[in-house]
Amino acid sequence: MTYPTDLRYTKDHEWIRLNEQNGHIGITDYAQEQLGDVVYVELPEVGRVFAQGDQFGSVESVKAVSDLYCPVGGEVIEVNTVLETQPELVNKNPHENWMIVVKLTNPDELASLIDADAYASLIG
Amino acid sequence: MATPLKQTPLHSVHCAMGAKMVPFGGWEMPVEYVGLIKEHLAVRNAAGLFDVSHMGQIEIAGGDALSAVQRLCTNDAAALNIGQAQYSVLTSDDGTVVDDVLVYMLADGHYMLVVNAGNIEKDYAWIKSHIKDVGDAFAVNTSSRYALIAVQGPKAEHILQTLTEVELNSIAYYAFATGEIAGVRATISRTGYTGEDGFELFVSPQTSATVWDSVLRAGESNGLQPAGLGARDTLRLEASMRLCGQDMDDTSTVLEAGLGWVVGWDKGDFVGKSALIRQRDEGVLRRLVGFELDGRGIARHGYKVYVDHDVIGTVTSGTQTPFLNKAVGMAYVPTKYAKVNSELLIEIRGRRVAAHVVKMPFYKRPTDRKNA
Repeated sequence: MTYPTDLRYTKDHEWIRLNEQNGHIGITDYAQEQLGDVVYVELPEVGRVFAQGDQFGSVESVKAVSDLYCPVGGEVIEVNTVLETQPELVNKNPHENWMIVVKLTNPDELASLIDADAYASLIG
Repeated sequence: MATPLKQTPLHSVHCAMGAKMVPFGGWEMPVEYVGLIKEHLAVRNAAGLFDVSHMGQIEIAGGDALSAVQRLCTNDAAALNIGQAQYSVLTSDDGTVVDDVLVYMLADGHYMLVVNAGNIEKDYAWIKSHIKDVGDAFAVNTSSRYALIAVQGPKAEHILQTLTEVELNSIAYYAFATGEIAGVRATISRTGYTGEDGFELFVSPQTSATVWDSVLRAGESNGLQPAGLGARDTLRLEASMRLCGQDMDDTSTVLEAGLGWVVGWDKGDFVGKSALIRQRDEGVLRRLVGFELDGRGIARHGYKVYVDHDVIGTVTSGTQTPFLNKAVGMAYVPTKYAKVNSELLIEIRGRRVAAHVVKMPFYKRPTDRKNA
């Protein structure tokens, strides 16, 4: 798996794709591979505000549950409700099937995230 | 220093197939090959192939072998004929669970207990300590002599029949025969841990790869799928089969676990009998029940069960079942909440989600299938 270079990554295996002030957030291919078949994604309501590193939801496979952490702080402006009925999309295409969109509180926080090369070497 | 994990004779076969390997009960085992849900559904709809060689075998032989088995196990082994198997439980003096086992009657004066992987040493020591007073009977841990391959699902018989002269149709549920399968000597047992019809094949470690490859090839055109411990766990839970060490252990009795049907009340004494009779007569205070979630989420092992504001129990197993596609689980609750439709709340990561008690099994295979 190659990791898209237009994404920024966390060491907790989330990614963010920036589009001006807004960022789409999802989990990495490595994360979905570790989880196995995803059967449930719990996401926050639109309007919630999270700080960087806050837990914003969880993703569950048949055998495990994993918390989701915000790569950057911001207000949730959109939630991918398709994942409520088709959570398996997270396995199929993890880097396209985002979970939430946040409006960034402080774009400087992006500097603490790692790029595709650094992420790829992190997971070995 | 950590104890190195044991490997089954098929270990390299799994690795070559790209299975994800995990530690389980002291063994390094395949947890999935292509994905848990796909493997689970293959077993319900066609067939699955499992390596369960980690399971242990303890054989009991001698002129008083039947008396020994009767003393060790709750179920009435006198009901067995040669070629039949029986589900049974080893209990402590207080009626709590040491292990659950299958008892095979191999011959007059010769029985085989199939025990859980993580319990082989414990069971063997326990059996030896309780067999001393029985007379002419001795126990041998023969686990290393067997590889165990399970072929489970509605197409299992059809697939295996292409590999053997043994009339599989004549082997009843919980019975077994010996013969050749794929040219290899095997004990062919119509048993399993998936809720489906199927077989478990006891073969020598040296021949196990031949059998595995032959079944895989024979099953290719029938939708057979190698399946790992992940699917094995969701299949058994969907079929409401207890997992020893998780749904019952040394803190729960056979009756609390809902296994009164494997207690031979009318047979002679066995370890734990007087405690179980007392509990039966006084009534059990808590029971293992099945529940289904009404709200969204998945209940898991260790989650707390509430009624109103009080913690009344704990979830022992829970998952989103791939075939029924429902979030179900098992939990110990006080008897007064054990009735079907009793309303419970399961605390899922800080949130209390409504659930209700349902009758087990959650899944029962269609009755038009063999011996269902």
